[in-house]
Amino acid sequence: MSGRRFAAMSRFNVVSLALGFAFLYLPIVILVIYSFNASQLVTVWGGWSLRWYTAFFNDEAMLAAAATSLRVAAVSATLAAVLGTLAALALVRGERFKGRTLFSGMLYAPLVMPEVITGLSLLLLFVALGAERGFWTVTIAHTTLTMCFVAVIVQSRLGSIDRSLEEAAMDLGCGPVKAFVAVTLPLIAPAIAAGWMLAFTLSLDDLVIASFTTGPGSATLPIRIYSEVRLGVKPEINAICALIIGAVTLAIVTASLAAKLSSRRGGNAAPM
Amino acid sequence: MSARNIFTRPARLAAIAPYGWMVLFFLVPFGFVLKLSLSQVANAQPPYLPVFDLGAGWQALVAAVSALSLDNFRLLLSDNLYLSSGLRSLTVAATATALLLAIGYPIAYAMSRLPRRWQPLAMILVIVPFWTSFLIRVYAWINILQHDGLLNQVLLTLHIVSEPVVWLSTDTAMYIGMVYSYLPFMILPLYATLSKLDPALLEAAADLGASPLQSFWRVTLPLSLPGIRAGALLCFIPLVGEFVIPDLLAGSDSLMIGQTLWLEFFTNRDWPVAAATAVMLLAILLLPLVIYDRFQRRQMVRS
Amino acid sequence: MEALSETTPQASAGAALPLLRIDAVGKRFGGFTAVDDLSLDIKAGEFFALLGPSGCGKTTLLRMLAGFEMPESGRILLNGEDVASMPPHRRPVNMMFQSYALFPHLNVRDNIAFGLRRAGVSRVEINARVAELVALVRLEGLEKRRPEQLSGGQRQRVALARAVARRPRLLLLDEPLAALDKKLRDSTQRELLALQRKLGLTFIVVTHDQDEAMTLADRIGVMNAGRLVQVATPRQLYEEPRSRWVAEFVGDINIVEGRIEARDAGRLRVTTQGAGVLTALAPRGFGDVADVCVAIRPEKIRLSQRAPADNSGASTINRLEGTIADVNYLGSASSYTIALDGGATLRASLANAARVNADAYAVGQRVTAWFSPDDCVVLDR
Repeated sequence: MSGRRFAAMSRFNVVSLALGFAFLYLPIVILVIYSFNASQLVTVWGGWSLRWYTAFFNDEAMLAAAATSLRVAAVSATLAAVLGTLAALALVRGERFKGRTLFSGMLYAPLVMPEVITGLSLLLLFVALGAERGFWTVTIAHTTLTMCFVAVIVQSRLGSIDRSLEEAAMDLGCGPVKAFVAVTLPLIAPAIAAGWMLAFTLSLDDLVIASFTTGPGSATLPIRIYSEVRLGVKPEINAICALIIGAVTLAIVTASLAAKLSSRRGGNAAPM
Repeated sequence: MSARNIFTRPARLAAIAPYGWMVLFFLVPFGFVLKLSLSQVANAQPPYLPVFDLGAGWQALVAAVSALSLDNFRLLLSDNLYLSSGLRSLTVAATATALLLAIGYPIAYAMSRLPRRWQPLAMILVIVPFWTSFLIRVYAWINILQHDGLLNQVLLTLHIVSEPVVWLSTDTAMYIGMVYSYLPFMILPLYATLSKLDPALLEAAADLGASPLQSFWRVTLPLSLPGIRAGALLCFIPLVGEFVIPDLLAGSDSLMIGQTLWLEFFTNRDWPVAAATAVMLLAILLLPLVIYDRFQRRQMVRS
Repeated sequence: MEALSETTPQASAGAALPLLRIDAVGKRFGGFTAVDDLSLDIKAGEFFALLGPSGCGKTTLLRMLAGFEMPESGRILLNGEDVASMPPHRRPVNMMFQSYALFPHLNVRDNIAFGLRRAGVSRVEINARVAELVALVRLEGLEKRRPEQLSGGQRQRVALARAVARRPRLLLLDEPLAALDKKLRDSTQRELLALQRKLGLTFIVVTHDQDEAMTLADRIGVMNAGRLVQVATPRQLYEEPRSRWVAEFVGDINIVEGRIEARDAGRLRVTTQGAGVLTALAPRGFGDVADVCVAIRPEKIRLSQRAPADNSGASTINRLEGTIADVNYLGSASSYTIALDGGATLRASLANAARVNADAYAVGQRVTAWFSPDDCVVLDR
C-alpha cells in the first residue's frame, strides 16, 4: 500500500539483485558440484564421488605446492599486517612529513599496478641483489603487495577513531605507549585482523607475482593449478578449488561470527 | 618542534620501517626496470647487458652508461606486435569497463535501495567471491564455457542452438571472465556513493515535478559520478595489464600487453624487451591516472 | 474529540470547500500509529503551524500532504480533488525540506529552476522567473554558487525560492528554521512572514518550536500521539488551553490539582492540594466534573511583601502566603520559586522593569503571591 509508487522500481531492483547474485555465485556452485562428479569426463555427470579429493590428497607435487602457498601466505600476511599498520599510523597521525606524498603514492600504487609489472620489477631487484629465488623472495614480494591493502584498511579504521579517547587515557595516567596499547590497539584490532585475512587470501591467490619471483622447488599452488589448467579442465582441479572455496567460506563465517560475538560481549559487559 | 601534537612524532617514527620497505621493494625495482629496458639482451645469467658493477670504478660505469640504448623501444615502435597489443589492451579494458559499469550499476543501485539492515549482508555477498581465488573464478568459467560445457548443454537441451557454440578462446569468454572477476571492484565504489545519496534529494526532485526516471537522470546519476569514476579507474587500470584472464579465456591470435610481456620474459627470455614493454604499459596507465587526478583536483578546488 | 468539534466542519453541502481538507486520515508504521483519524481544514492564504513533540506524527502528516507517504485511510482534498494517492511529482504542492535538500551538483540558479524545467516552462520564462525569485530572496550575485559555497541562511533562502518557484497552491515547510542559529532565526522568521503575505500563498509549517509557531502562524494545530489536540490562534492556545496536556506543552505554567467545592456567578471555588482554596473563572461548557486542576501562567502571578489591598471585594483575588525558595535572574525577567505554606510550589515571573531593582526578592523572604481568578484556567485532570 504505502510503497505503491515504488512498486515498479523495486521490482526492477529485485530482478537486478537476483540476476547479479546468480551471476556471482552460480559458476562457483557449479564448480563445487562438479568436484563431486564420479566421471572422468568433467562434463558428464557420473554420480557423486569423492575420488578427485582422494586424487588430490595423493598428489605429492600438488600437496607440496599447497604447503608452500600456506607458508608464504602466513608469513607474508603477518609481515604485511605489521608494516601496513605502521604505515597507516604514519599516514593518519604523522601530519605532514618530508616525503609523505611519495610515501602514500607508494602505498596506493600497488593496489592498481598490473601484477606483471610488480612481478618483473621485483624479480630484477632480486637478480641484481644476487638473492636466491625461492620461498623468501615470493614472501617478500607478497608482503610488498599486501601491506598496501592492510594500510588502506587500518587507515580508514584509524581515521574514524576519536583521538580524544587516547588523550583521555593519557589524562588518566597512561604513558603514550601504554595509551596506544590499551586504547587504540584494541579498537583497530578488528581492522588489522581483517587486513591480515585479506593479505593471506591475496597471497594464496596470486599467480603472476609468484611466477616471476619464485625459484625451482618453490612452486606455489596457483602456479601448479595454472600449469594444469592451461592443459584443460581436470576434475582434480575442481576438487582443489572446492576445498579452497570451503576454507575461505569457513574463515569468513568464523570471522563474522567472532565479530558478532565480540560486539555482543562488549555490549553486555557488566561493570565488575 | 614543528610537531602539531604529541601523536605526530611517534607516528613519524612508525613510518620508517614501511617507508624503507616500499623504497627498497617498490621504488628501486622500477629503476631496474627502466635501466634494463635500455639494455641489450645477452646470452648470460642474468640474460642482459650491461651489468652495473659498482666495484669496477667510474670508468666502467661511464662505459656501462654509454652502452645503454633505445633499441628496445625502437623495436617496440617498429614491430606491430607491441603496438597492436598495447592498443588491444586499451580497447579491451575500455570495453570491459563499460560492460562492468552497465552490469554493476543496477546491482549497486538495488543494493542501496535495500532496507538498511539488509545492506551489510548484500555487501558481504558481493565481497565473498572476491575472497575466493582469482584463478578459481576464471577456471570456473572454463568449466562452463568449454565445448561440451554446461552452457552448451543447456543451450542444446533448450534447442536454442543446434550444435555446440565455440565459447572458449573467444573475446566473449574473455569479457565474461573480466566482468565476473572485476564486478566487486565496480559495485563497491558505486554502492558507496549511492548509499550516501540523501533520500531527501530524490523526494525534493519528485516534489518539484520530476518523474522517477527524470529524478534518476537529473539527480541520482550526476551525484553518483564520483563512484562511477572510482569504479572505472579501479577496473580499467588492472584490466589493461591483465594477464590471466586473456591467457586462459581468449584466443591466442591477438595478445594483450600483459601477455606480450609474459611471452617475452618467460618464453623468449628477452628480459630487456620485457622491461621495455613494462615501461610502455606504465606510460599507457599514466594517462587515465592523470585524467582522474585532474578531476579530483578540480573537485577539491570547487569545495 | 471535544477539542476538534469546532474545527471539524459539519458536512454541509452548501459551504464552500476550503483549500485543503484533511478528512479522517490515518497512517500506521507496523504497529505504531503515526497519524490517527485526523481531520483538519485549511483556508487559502492561511499560515498554519503544526506544533508537537517529536514523534507526534506532524512530519508524517506533512509527508502525506506532499505525497511521500500514502495514507491508509481517509481523504486529502485539495480544492475538492482527492490527491491522497497522487504521486508527489503530479501534486500542485511543494515542500521545503528540513535539511533543505539542495541538489549539491547544481548551482543556485539551476536549483531554483529545477521545478520550472520539469514543468516545461519556456527557457525565456524560466530566466525571468529565476531572476525574480533570486531578487525576492536577496541572492543576487550568488546565482553561480553551489550549495556548499553558501552560508546556512543563504541555503535556507535558496530552498525557499526553489519551493515557491512553481507557485504551489500549498507550500509545506518542515522545520524551516531549525538549522539556523538563534539570531538568524529571528530575522528569517520576519522574512518568511513577509514573503507569505507578498506571494499570497498558503503555508503549512511543521515545528517543535512553540515560539516559532506563535510568531509565524495565524492558527496552530497542536498534535500529540497522532491526533490534533487543539487547533486555535496563538493567543487562544496560550491563554485558553483546552487540556492539561496543551497547557503544559505550550509555555510555562503552574498546575495545582483540586476539587470543585462551589460554583456561583461564573466562579468556581476549588480546594487544592497545597495551595488552599482558589477562586477561578468557570470555563465555557465545562462538564460536570469535580476533580480538576487549576493552571496559572507564571507571569500572571504578582508578588508583594504585604498582602495587597483588595479593591473589588474580599473573595475575588487569590492570595497565597509563602517563602521565596529560589531566584533565577534571566535578564528581561526573573523567575521566583515560592514554597507555599500549604505545601505546593509556585513559580512566578516578574519583569525586571528597572535596571536597579530595589524590590527584588531574596531567598528566604516571606511573600504573598496573588493573582486574579480571571487568569486561572480550570482544566480536566
